[in-house]
Parts: sequence; structure tokens; C-alpha cells
Amino acid sequence: MTAPAIETHGLRKVFGTTVALDALDLHVEPGEVFGFLGPNGAGKTTAVKLLLGLTRATGGDGRVLGRPLGDREARRRIGYLPELFRYQPWLTAREVLELHASLAGLDGHTRHDEIARVLDLVGLAARAQDRTGGFSKGMQQRLGIAAALLGDPALVILDEPTSALDPVGRDDVRAIIREARERGSAVLLNSHLLGEVERLCDRVAIVRKGRVVAAGTLTELLGEQALRIHVTGLPDGAAPFAPFGSVTTEDEWTVVRPMDPERIPDLVAAVVAAGGRVHAVDPGRRSLEDLFLDLVREASATSDARADALEATAHADATGTAG
Amino acid sequence: MSLRLVLVIASLTLREIVRRRILWVLVGLSVVSVILVGWGVDRLVSIGREEGLDEVRIRIGVSQVLILIAFMFSFVLAMSAAFLAAPAIASDVETGTVHAMLARPLQRAELVVGRWLGLSVIVGGYAALSGLLAVAAVGFVSGHQPPSPAVAIGFLAFQAIAVLTMALALGTRLPSIAAGAVTVVLFGLGWFAGVLGNIAVAFNADALVGVGNVTRVLLPTDGLWRGVIYGLEPPMVVLLSATRSAEAMRANPFFADAPPPALFVAWSVLWVALVLGAGVLAFRRREL
Repeated sequence: MTAPAIETHGLRKVFGTTVALDALDLHVEPGEVFGFLGPNGAGKTTAVKLLLGLTRATGGDGRVLGRPLGDREARRRIGYLPELFRYQPWLTAREVLELHASLAGLDGHTRHDEIARVLDLVGLAARAQDRTGGFSKGMQQRLGIAAALLGDPALVILDEPTSALDPVGRDDVRAIIREARERGSAVLLNSHLLGEVERLCDRVAIVRKGRVVAAGTLTELLGEQALRIHVTGLPDGAAPFAPFGSVTTEDEWTVVRPMDPERIPDLVAAVVAAGGRVHAVDPGRRSLEDLFLDLVREASATSDARADALEATAHADATGTAG
Repeated sequence: MSLRLVLVIASLTLREIVRRRILWVLVGLSVVSVILVGWGVDRLVSIGREEGLDEVRIRIGVSQVLILIAFMFSFVLAMSAAFLAAPAIASDVETGTVHAMLARPLQRAELVVGRWLGLSVIVGGYAALSGLLAVAAVGFVSGHQPPSPAVAIGFLAFQAIAVLTMALALGTRLPSIAAGAVTVVLFGLGWFAGVLGNIAVAFNADALVGVGNVTRVLLPTDGLWRGVIYGLEPPMVVLLSATRSAEAMRANPFFADAPPPALFVAWSVLWVALVLGAGVLAFRRREL
């Protein structure tokens, strides 16, 4: 069995009196896209720096690609896009990639092909001979992604990879991440854009105050499918939804949960048969954003209780996958 | 430590200095100064001859002017070395360029040593080229040849490398401006302590002599500067100093009758290695 791409146990980092990371338990399998989420200051970037050996842990332990944190051999197989991506402004895009390829130890022939491949992948082939000092932020970020993907690393760590990109660029990056997964790379995606994470990630972990408060697949975290339907004109006493699931109302919407997507046409037919007029049908589930906001806001006691429950699941999950 | 990666960083450093036009600015300024020096020495020699001074006096005068020029150049060189080396690590950390590089299988020691090597080649090469040009220009207009220009230029480059090592090492922990400023201040203090130490020798002030000697051990730049003077000092002047009041000559910061002792040169080499090593250790312990 191959070693997990990332495995940490109680990883802790304290700067003076500030606890940047309390006790991080993470488990990322080879070849999966893993979303690493949390509010600002939750410790995500610190965690990434610990994984790469840029900072030393105060406590706990971890392994990356089966090697100790910061290990040189492991770094040979890691691609990293920092949150603050800056490349030598006096080098051309191709020269930046040549530098990174030579630091990574790619040999001459592979190097040339790989540089051509990643330049093409991020859409910078036409600007390869231009100095990066003249690049827009978006182009610099594309260059950073290209550098991170050089040589098919076993693990790609992307810290906010679309922060400087327009919607087209974001879509490109999603395709690039999917392709990296198809080529066998594990991807740790650190992002604020929850929609993006929801579309891309096999599993996610949400950190708050330096601890994982929820982790698992999206289905595990967001629960079952639901249906939101806007209906008027139902006669009093008619209950066409009851056979399909439990019913709640949100403003003019009726929410049926759980809802088997296969049965949505049956439900609509039942509503119409009962005399209702259907204005809108919105199949879906709780969004990651809702979950995220619940988890990171300590506003209500209920959300804390839910976080605790999810933390329990996260622990169960971590033990399950580690075994 | 991987030599290959040290060389990758050293060549990156060379390319940076060439691309950012720093080298061309330095070379351009040197050419201008060499032309001015040649013109100035030529004027001095002509005036001396018009005044009817004998050739020996003129030669001695030119040799002392050359030492003075070397002193000014050593100061400019030290400044350039400090301000090239201080940001070499510091500004990469400030801008974040270093994060992407150190996530690669590149060790911090390789980055620091590679930077040092690249800068030493540039600064050493620049010192050698400008020094040779200046000596050649003075020789061309006045006929004066210093006794051992290679020794003088060697010590000049060594002094500049000592300064750049200090700036680079400080820059592993301090912001670039602070590292550059601290280096310049230390260099100035070292020179000042050296001059005071010489005056103390002349006046038999033992306590001050001790301060001068300790400073020279802690910061060998001034001791290395003595090597530059020795390489430029004509034997004639050294002989004269033996007949006249030798003590008073020694107080002169632009006079040396002996090369720096071999032990001191060996210590200076070790000093550069120790400071560089300290810089590596400091950088390895730094949180990025």
C-alpha cells in the first residue's frame, strides 16, 4: 500500500504567545483532491508551511509522501504554489520554469518537454520569452501553477490558486486541477472559494482556530440531497410531499429532505395532481458555504453543537482511513 | 550540500546582477573614474615637472596618490558589496520569492552559499578589473608601477568579499536596508579602530593598541586594507620610513611597511567561513 500523501497528528505551531495551529489532524490519500478550508487566520498557510518544512512544528508529527516533514526527498515530488506568488521579475517565464526544473532535479530532456507541457497547460506558451516583471497578477499566478505542476509531482499544494484570476481563469484552473488528478497527483487545495472546492474536491477538511472541525467527503459533510420547491394554489389539507421525505418551509419555499433525485418528477406530478401550481424546482443539498458559515461562526450554541458532532465524525473518519 | 544546487544559485545570482544592469552601472562608473584618475595623475605629473621637481619625488607623489585612490575605491567597493549582498537573501524573503524555491529540494545552506559564491565572483571580478584598469591608467600617464599590484588587488577583493559576507549573513535575519546599514557602520568602525590603533602605536598608548588589535581580529577589513597599501607602497618609501621617524610613519593610515602576517590572512579566511556559517545557521533557524 502506498503511503498517504499527507498525514499529520496533532500538528502544532506556536509563535510566541500566538497559537497559529493548535492540533491538526489531516489525512490526504494519494491521487485525491483535498480541499483545505477555513477562515482567515485559521492556520491554513501555517499548516502548508509546516508540511513543506518552511517552518518547524512546535509539537505533533506528520509525514508527507511517507517521509518526515520538510524532507528533501519528499520535496523532490512536491509542487507548491505559495499564497504570495512572486517570481524573479528579471527572468522570463521559461527561465523561471527552467530554474524550478533544475532545483527539482528534472533531467535535461524531460525538463524541456515538461516546461513546454506546463506552459501550454496554463496558457502561457505565447508569453514564454517575456520577463515576468511585466506580467499581470493573473499571469504570474498561472506561471506559479505551471511551476507547481512541473514534473508530475506526487503532491501538489496550491495555496489560493485562483485569487488573482478572472472567472475564465478560474475555470481553466479547475480543469488543470482535474487533469493533475488524472495524472495521479494528490492535490491539497487551500481556498476561500467554496463553490470551487465543492466542484473539485473529493474530500475536504474545515479548520477553525488551528483544529479540524469537520472532515470527510462532501456527501458525508453536507448530508443527503434535498429539494426546494416553490408551489402556490395547493388546497388546504393537501399533503403531496409527505410520502417523499420530511417537509420544512423557508419563506415561500418548501424543502423536502432527504430527496432521491430520481423521484423528483414523481413529486412534481403529485403536486400538480393535488392542484398546486409549480413555479420553481431547485434540487440540491446544503451548500458547503452554509456548512462553512455554521462551523466558523460561533454565534449560536446549536452551531457549536453541530461542530462538535462533526468533529466526532471527523475523528472517526481519520481513525478509519488511517487504519 | 549539493554542489550542483550551489552552482544553480550562484549562476542565478550572476544573471540577476547582469540582468538588473547593476554590473553595467558599476563598470560604467569605474571606467569614468579611471579616466578621471588618469587625467588627474597626468596633470599632477605635468605640474610637478613644470615646478622642476625631480623624478624620484614625482614617483613618490604619484605612488601616494594611487594609494589614496585605492582607499577611496576600497570604500566604494565595500559599499557596493554591502548593498549588493544585504538584499541577496533578505529581499527574497521579503517578496516571498524564496518560498517557492525552498519548497524545492533546495537546502537553505545551498541557497546562502550559492548566493555568496555568485556575489564573490562578481565583487572579486569587479575589484580585479577596476583595480587593474586604475593601475594601468596611472602607469600609462606617469610611468609609475606599484611593486606588487596583484597583491594589492587580491587584498582589495578579499576585503570586499569580507564585507559582502557580513552583509549577506546579516541579511539572513535582518531586513535588507538594516543589514546594509549595519554592515556599512561596522566597516566604518573597523577602519576607524584601525587608524586609532596605528596612532596608538606611534604614541605608545597600549590600551588603544589593544583595542585596535581586537577590532582587527573581530573585523579583519582594516587589516586587509593594510595588505592593499603594502602592495602599492614603493620600496623607496619603506626605506625612507626606516631612516626617518618610523613610528610617525606607522601612524599614517595610508602607510604599510610589511604585508599582513600570514596568520592574520589565515584568520581572515577562517573569519569569512565562520561568518558565512553563522549566516547559514541563522537562516536555517528562521521561520519563513
